[in-house]
Amino acid sequence: MAEVSQDSGSHKKGGKKRSKKMSTRIDFTPMVDLGFLLITFFMLATSLIKPQTMEITMPSNKKVEEEDKTVAKASQAVTLILGKNDKVFYYFGKTEGAQLLETNYATYGLRKILLEKNFDVAKQVEDLKAEKAKIRMEDEIFQKRLGEIKANKNAPVVRIMVTDEANYKNLVDALDEMNICSISRYAIVDIDEPDLQLIKEKNI
Amino acid sequence: MPKVKIKRKSTWVDMTAMCDVAFLLLTFFMLTSNFTKKEPVLVTTPSSISEIKIPETNVMTILVDPTGKVYFGIDGQDRRQQLIEKMAATYKVNLTQEEVKRYTLLDLYGNPMQAMKAFLNLSPEIRDLPQNNFGIPADTTDNQFKKWVKFAREVNPELRIAIKADQKTPYAIIKKVMKSLQELDENRYNLITKLETAPGQ
Repeated sequence: MAEVSQDSGSHKKGGKKRSKKMSTRIDFTPMVDLGFLLITFFMLATSLIKPQTMEITMPSNKKVEEEDKTVAKASQAVTLILGKNDKVFYYFGKTEGAQLLETNYATYGLRKILLEKNFDVAKQVEDLKAEKAKIRMEDEIFQKRLGEIKANKNAPVVRIMVTDEANYKNLVDALDEMNICSISRYAIVDIDEPDLQLIKEKNI
Repeated sequence: MPKVKIKRKSTWVDMTAMCDVAFLLLTFFMLTSNFTKKEPVLVTTPSSISEIKIPETNVMTILVDPTGKVYFGIDGQDRRQQLIEKMAATYKVNLTQEEVKRYTLLDLYGNPMQAMKAFLNLSPEIRDLPQNNFGIPADTTDNQFKKWVKFAREVNPELRIAIKADQKTPYAIIKKVMKSLQELDENRYNLITKLETAPGQ
């Protein structure tokens, strides 16, 4: 009886003709190429950042009854005039006899002035934020208390007047400062006659 | 002379791990990003600390580029179709079904109504060139912009207004846009901005 030899590969000659053991290894290089092509496509065609927005509400155009208008004390009023070349002019109180001062959008400029004026409210908001971080306050409670702080009757009221030479960035920066300095009441208003005179005098 | 023959080593590298990494990265990008909308003009928005995200649906986009051209668009193909039918009826522009369909595929449109037919017949590659976009008129003499907003509001009462303007856009044009919106009693809107880290954080 013929002996069936178990060992394969040891003799190539003379034994049964065996097919060569094929390598089962696949070369993955093209697969990697494909993968990186797809990654590059997605990196260029999509964006990870979703754009943010800033919500603003403008005063309504409808005529408001005289008694419904909220009157602000002259001591609380701050008027900002946004001029060209990133300049900001401001004055406190009523327009007549007001002293127009100049500043800019840097941290030591507009923000410093607004924080000084709004010191109490800004400090309370800071404390509230620190508290929120420490005791892990819920968002609703935080918002409620924030609302209470901002409803302070003595908080400054800011009017923002924008000249035609200012650009959109100036407006957004000014609105941003309102948020940063926790100014509760502010509005974008049209430039009226007395202010127009003031601007012409100072040659802004 | 040394008679040592340098053994030829195999230069084959196992690429399996590299392939895994590539597909992991791919999966990450596929799941976390979203396709950017193609805009006629590239606009650099100013930055603000506000972290409110723009809503995905029911948005009316008003794009203002630095030269003052106004572009307008809403989302939803069926809404766009209703909008354009109303506008075409008001300005007596005769559009074929094919042209209406082309309009519904555009995200933003920035031309007066009178130029709409010609614009829709241009090939897509040259549509975005500045010489083919004149902006929607928003002056008091011919305020087509106001009509666009009014009909958009009629077509979709839940639309939120989003204004996207370049940093250098002069305020005069923004004032015109805001004034038109105020006249239509649209007083709540969102300004699209980049994210800026809040001070002291």
